[in-house]
Amino acid sequence: MIDYKRRSEHIKKLYEQQNALDESIAHQMMSSEKIAFATSQWRMMWRKFIRNRIAVIGGIVILLFYLTALLANFVAPYTLKQRMTAYSLLSPQRIYFFAEGRFQPFVYGLKGSRDPKTLMRIYVPDPEKRIPIRFFIQGEPYKLMGLFPASTRLFGVEEGIVSLLGTDGQGRDMFSRIIIGSQISLTIGLVGVALSLIIGAFLGVSSGYFGGWVDNLIQRVIEIVRSFPPIPLWMALTAAIPPHWPPLRVYFTITIILSLIGWTWLARQLRGKVLALREEDFIMAARLAGASDGWIIFRHLIPATLSHIIVISTLAMPAMILAESALSFLGLGLRPPLTSWGVLLKQAQNIQVLLLYPWLMIPGFFVAISILAFNFLGDGLRDAADPYTV
Amino acid sequence: MITYIVKRILGMIPTLIIISIITFIIIQLPPGDFVTTAQAEIAASGGGMDASAVEAMRIRYGLDQPMLLQYWRWVSGFPRGDFGYSLEWSAPVWDIIAGRLGWTLLLSGLALVFMWLVSIPIGIYSARHQYSLGDNVFSFLGFLGLSVPDFMLSLMWLVFATMMLGISASGLYSPQMVDAPWSFAKFLNLLNHLWPPVVIMGVVGTAELIRIMRGNLLDILNQQYVTTARSKGLVEKVVVQKYAVRMAINPMISVLGMQIPKMISSSIIVGFVLSIPTVGPIFLRALITQDMYLAGTILLLMTVMLLIGNFLADIALAWVDPRIRFE
Repeated sequence: MIDYKRRSEHIKKLYEQQNALDESIAHQMMSSEKIAFATSQWRMMWRKFIRNRIAVIGGIVILLFYLTALLANFVAPYTLKQRMTAYSLLSPQRIYFFAEGRFQPFVYGLKGSRDPKTLMRIYVPDPEKRIPIRFFIQGEPYKLMGLFPASTRLFGVEEGIVSLLGTDGQGRDMFSRIIIGSQISLTIGLVGVALSLIIGAFLGVSSGYFGGWVDNLIQRVIEIVRSFPPIPLWMALTAAIPPHWPPLRVYFTITIILSLIGWTWLARQLRGKVLALREEDFIMAARLAGASDGWIIFRHLIPATLSHIIVISTLAMPAMILAESALSFLGLGLRPPLTSWGVLLKQAQNIQVLLLYPWLMIPGFFVAISILAFNFLGDGLRDAADPYTV
Repeated sequence: MITYIVKRILGMIPTLIIISIITFIIIQLPPGDFVTTAQAEIAASGGGMDASAVEAMRIRYGLDQPMLLQYWRWVSGFPRGDFGYSLEWSAPVWDIIAGRLGWTLLLSGLALVFMWLVSIPIGIYSARHQYSLGDNVFSFLGFLGLSVPDFMLSLMWLVFATMMLGISASGLYSPQMVDAPWSFAKFLNLLNHLWPPVVIMGVVGTAELIRIMRGNLLDILNQQYVTTARSKGLVEKVVVQKYAVRMAINPMISVLGMQIPKMISSSIIVGFVLSIPTVGPIFLRALITQDMYLAGTILLLMTVMLLIGNFLADIALAWVDPRIRFE
């Protein structure tokens, strides 16, 4: 009779010995040299990414933009609708940083008058009157992040006006409006990409994984959607939003409309990835081990394509931000009281207005900078997502 | 080759039918119809319309009929070149858009040519001088071009031209030339107004094409047949131009097809900002006033333009690359 107990103990012992041996070998290799295969894939990607300076700068700019958007009400000296009618269409003010050799930022007070010929309102700085810019000053009350009531603002003046980027026709501070408008401009891309990602990842991965008629059907749908030129299709769809809808509903409808086309691109990219992965040994192994389709998709395919999903979504952000600004600029997207960079740009459509008040164009530069930063970041991430090539 | 073309054309027919249905549904999406908008406009200017007049208007325009019938009325006219009747302009849709469609096509076509002419030489230069100062400068400019929205570029051009150059930048002609009879001076004036929108429309795509051309050429310059060509003593110029560039250009053709939707989108926005009579400005107006046949036809024709563009790009690719024909 075989002594099963003794035998199993023997096996256990052998197993433990082998484990100890493996560990010591691994230790030796790690200590002798930090070899590439000992570092995780994500760490390699991070290392490669951090070496790309322009991409890192892009990432920092984006972080700053989103941080500012989060704390918009604190950063902006005025509220969105605060009108200073005495200072309408004021050009950006010059800020002086030093008074009597000491760091004390200030602006000059303004004397309003009218141009004798054109009767246009002009503002003359009054060198006698220095208005100091105070930090952490008490201003109009607001809710920080929509939750905490507060009234402290990053900077402001006690009298007169401080307007970094000028004011619009109703005397509203453009700097404050741009900062607060960034909340909508920047989140619409985020929400839009998230929505496209949900649809695109689900359909793209299933299309690549199942193949056959599922793939065929999904590909035909993508083909039809993509046979429309995007801006005209978006224009036609946004024109259908009833004018009386509440702002929040308009906002979400627009994100849905934007992701209605956006998902096709994500789905195509992911399908390609999955088609390649499907033939890999680890998927076959999982299938032979009896894993279900859902398990394989969610535990193997999606994690394996995660780095690509991140790259693709970063690269999809500029298109969303661009589309929203273009549509709002044309008057079809968001509309007041919702304020985004595109909505702000709508007042700068006319050449006469532009020539007299060129600072109304400034929101457009914010659109360009955010898109540039996203492109730099996305490009760096794309290179980093493939860390095995030098 | 001919079988390939016929197959592609037949394949487009079902797509066209589905697209026309979707277009019609989208155009019908807004609540109310043209009569509602007209009513609102009359009411806004202080007038009023009684219920029977409203009903009469609906019947006259066929807006009281079921949707399927309206769709059929619109679609069945296509073979005769009849795209319906614009309710707002009181004119056949085709008469309104024919000229504008021409400008849209011209601008988009010129922008595509511009993209190719600029991006291929720069792409070749960047690939041959990888990581040089010139390469870095071009790739930075490319990123910049990719990131500044077309409406922003148009606005900046408007301001720059008026303030710095003192010329009128909007429209097709300077104000004093609009009604002038055709002359060489007028033609020059037209050209002076055409190149800025073409460049603005082309900038975004150029950045992308430079990247692709540069990447393709880099890949190909590392292939063995190029090494063979070099080692058998061919001049570098011949190696690059006859061996490498010839291969690297093929994917640029299909990429060009992918740029067409951007050109169409851009022609709308640039046309709107620079007041150029593309279909853009009237499309916007038609959408707002719910002039459904006009808006629907424009959307449909732009989609057809895109389909034909892609079709032509595919044919061109099959023509230059025999491997595709055999698939």
